[in-house]
Parts: sequence; structure tokens; C-alpha cells
Amino acid sequence: MTQDTGWKRDKEGLGVWEHQGKVAITGWGMSPVDRRWDGMSMDKTLGAYAILAAQRALEDAGVKLDEVDGLFVCPDNLAGANGGSAANWGPTRPYFAPPYDSEEGLTIVTKRWMLDNLSPPNITYAPEYVPAIGEGLGMAAQAVGDGKCKVALYVYVMNNLEGRYRRGGESASAYSRGDNQWNNPWGANNIDLQASGTIPLRQYCQKYGTTWEEMMGPAIVNEHRNGLMQSWGFYALHGASGLNYEDYVNSRPIAWPARIWDYDRPVNAAGAFVITTSERSHDMRQKPVYILNHNEGRGGEARSSHMTMEDWEDGKARVARMVYEGSGLRPEDVDIFNPYDGFSVFLPFALEAFGWHGVKKGDAADFLKGDISVEGAHPFCSGGGNLGNGRTRTAMYIDSIEQLRGTAGRRQVTVKAETAVCAYDPGLTAWYLCLSNSQP
Amino acid sequence: MPKLIPVPDELSKPFWDAVNEKRLIVQNCRGCNTLQHPPREACRDCGSENLEWKETSGRGHISAFVVMMDSHLEYRTPDQPFNLALITLDDDPRVNFFSNLPGVPVREVQIGAAVEATFEEVAPDQLINEWKLVD
Repeated sequence: MTQDTGWKRDKEGLGVWEHQGKVAITGWGMSPVDRRWDGMSMDKTLGAYAILAAQRALEDAGVKLDEVDGLFVCPDNLAGANGGSAANWGPTRPYFAPPYDSEEGLTIVTKRWMLDNLSPPNITYAPEYVPAIGEGLGMAAQAVGDGKCKVALYVYVMNNLEGRYRRGGESASAYSRGDNQWNNPWGANNIDLQASGTIPLRQYCQKYGTTWEEMMGPAIVNEHRNGLMQSWGFYALHGASGLNYEDYVNSRPIAWPARIWDYDRPVNAAGAFVITTSERSHDMRQKPVYILNHNEGRGGEARSSHMTMEDWEDGKARVARMVYEGSGLRPEDVDIFNPYDGFSVFLPFALEAFGWHGVKKGDAADFLKGDISVEGAHPFCSGGGNLGNGRTRTAMYIDSIEQLRGTAGRRQVTVKAETAVCAYDPGLTAWYLCLSNSQP
Repeated sequence: MPKLIPVPDELSKPFWDAVNEKRLIVQNCRGCNTLQHPPREACRDCGSENLEWKETSGRGHISAFVVMMDSHLEYRTPDQPFNLALITLDDDPRVNFFSNLPGVPVREVQIGAAVEATFEEVAPDQLINEWKLVD
């Protein structure tokens, strides 16, 4: 079966999204966020959490399960059986009684498992291939806009198991194959290098006369502060990190100067979102948050063995052009900006490419050293992102929805919050969502 | 512990064969006269499949570096901490290579320093390209 990619908005020149403002997000839900699944607690499996997150999203939207006609479940995981060749670790276990008689429901959640166990009775559209949240929410939005379904439920899971993260498979091999033959012999692992962003940011610091610490320190401390103001984040639930600048600077180096806090913490959790037509959204519990645009694809790639600062600047600039073109927004129109921060290096490049609050090339360090708190004039990453909440990849979306609803509580920004740009966009991907609390 | 061993494929075999002869070659596009590395089926810039292998000067400069202290790669962890530098090729600085800068103490890396290609055995009959400071 061939994966359908025709729905993707993955290049420049596509114009404003044809369904702009006709599709809305009306609900979100999160499971508890655990560090790992312990392999025993059946109320804490990824399947149990996916069902819980879905139920909470439906409750938030005021939608009954039988009203859902579109189901989107991303089966990708980072750990365990389908997490890629570097992720092959975890116990060989005796299984449990159905529905937990395979990895499905334990460390993997598929469409089939959700159909069998959440049991929505009226699903008419449930694609087989559903991408990760950065593209997946766009896929669901496009499907609703195209009339393939009217009330879509998107479910995203992130798993984590016992043992060190992604140390199996090719990471444990003495050989380097494929693209890795150009990197791994020298110890240049893509994850260690923050999706090929660490060295480009070192080049950036050299060019613009700043240091890693003075740029990333304030950004990461701000992420943790905002994460502690979430109701569901890992640190908010499991003991506050209360990270300060000294903690950050003195923390364990991974690929110095990148430290442990520059990398998001793997967790075991699930999130879900309800997406519907603007007509239906008006009858639901929450104030709708309208989707102005979604983007997929990539802004570029490495020109040579490894990405450079120029690759990042050019690639992110292309991404920003796609996002702005499709949404009709200009940089000065964006109130809430929640770019992806799974690796800290993504932040300054995104900030400058999108020109949020007037930030231009080389300005990021000065901007991040300023007041970027939610109480101030430049509330950057108001949701705390992955760094402040754990690797759920949902914080950027949840915060944007809440800010536009006006329900972000202690995180509610004091500046205008009518539009948002948010993403799970690792590397130079263009996986963005643009939101507004009013129809254009 | 030795560095990881590259496994050549059809596209990369000429490169690794040259490395085993202590030569550093990269692809050159006959269409637009642009160097590229790693090798591709077609030119990254103009799309031409009219590519040739070209010997480089083997000269470069250190563009940036980090210090690996907790690598995912099991076979490199005994070497930690180690320098990991990005080297730009003088023939075309848009072409880059990784290096562990043999002989350079950890973290004592001078950005912009001139380097030249050298070669290091990682397995019987398999060298990899490395870079050392120019005296």
C-alpha cells in the first residue's frame, strides 16, 4: 500500500490554505506523563494512556465518542519494537491477557488497537499511515477541510522504557552503514548533535560573537519555568526542577557545550486533540481555535557531510516563508510563538527565521537575554515546550490553544493572544500549525 | 577501541577505495563544475548525473568543534571525551568532513586553524580520512 502524501502542504507557492478558518481545534487531552512504563502497571501502559488522553480531549471539547467519525493514530514510537534500529531495547516479556497480549497497547498504539479498545462506533475515515504530531495534526485538519470526516480525533503517543535511551541496534554496532558512514566513524551521532544543530549553533556563536551559555541558558530556564505552570507536564507532576542559570551551566555535558538540559527528557505519555469543522465547533464546549494553515515537508538539508549555520538559516527561512504564505500572517501578526524545542538549538534559528517580535539574524542572543517571561512583552515559548514538560511533543500545541482561548492560567500572557504559530519541527522540517481565535 | 568501520556501498565505494590508497576524492559535477560530498546519484545543484571523481588538495580549516562526552555510539564511549570538529575543504568550503583532530588535546581546538588530510586504520584493509594540524 502506498502512503498518500497528496494532502501535504510541503512547498512554497501553494498560496493561502484553501480551508483557512473553516477547521478548528476544539479539545485537547493529556495522560499523566511518566518517566518510563514500569512493564507491570496496566493502568499506565501506553494504550491505557492513549485511551485516557482521547477521553479527556473529547470531554474538553464536549464531544461524545459516537460523534467522532475520523480517527488518526500515529503508531511511531522512539523506544521498543518499532522505534527504529537504534531503539531496539527493552524487556522480552511474558504478555498479559487481551488486549495486552502483544506489544500493542503496551509500548505501541496503532489505529487498529484504538478501534478495538477505545471503540468509537461511527468511524468512517481512519487512514493507515498517520505521521507524527507535527504533520499529523495537519493531516487531520486537511481531512476535515476536505470533508473526509467532520469530527476528527488525533492521538499521539511517546514511549520510554527501562534502560538507556536509543542505545541498541545501530548505536551498538561496530559498523557504520548508509548515511551513517559519513558521521558515525568520528562519533558524530545525529541525536548527540541535536539533530545536526549543535555544530551549526557553534558556528553561529562564533559569527555573532556570543556564547552558547548566554544564549541557551535563559531560553532553557524560561522553558522550565513555563513548564512548571502547566497542569500536566512531567516536571509539574513529578517534582519541580526549578532550573536556574547556574544549574544549567553546571549540568552534565553531552556534546559540550550542549548539556543534558539542552535535550528533552524522554517520557511515557499520550496526548489527543479534537479537530472539527468551524460549523460544528460552534456547538462544542470550548471556544474554537481556528486553523489558518498547516505545513509539512522540509525547508532544506545538509549540503555536505554535516549541516552548517548557513544550511540552518536558509532552510528555516524557507520554512518560515511557507508558513507565512499559507496562513496569510506576517511576522508582526504572530502573538504566540511556540516553535519546537526538543533540542534547544532549534530555538534561536526558528526565532530569527520567523522574525518573531522583530528578531533578525544575529539578534537571538540579545533577545533571549531579555524578558521572555509570560508576564512580559515577549513571551517566547509560553508553553514550556518539550524542554519544560518532557518529550510529549504536545506542549507547543496545547499552550497555543489555551493562550488563544484565554485559559492558560498562570501562563496566560499579558500581551495580545489572538494568533499562534506552533510546531513539532525537528531539524529543517516545516511541520507547523497556525492558529487564530477568530475566523479570518 | 577503534572508530566505527564504514561499510561502503555502490555509491561510496570509489571514495573509500581512494581513502584506502591515502587519497581524498570527492564528486565533481561536469555540468556545473561543483564539488559535492558525500556522493550522490546526481548533482545537488543542477541535477546533472554527469559526475566524476576528483582528487582534492587534502587541505582544509577547522570551522567548529564540540567535545563528545556522552555519545550514543557504544564503540566510541571508551574514547570520551574526544574532540569532534567540522572541517571545511579549501577546494570548496561548502564541502565538509568530520574529524577527531588526532593529536589535539581535548577542547584545545583553534577555530580557523589549517589542517591537512591524514588516514587512520579502523580495521584491516579499511582506512578512514582524518585531519591533522598543519605544522
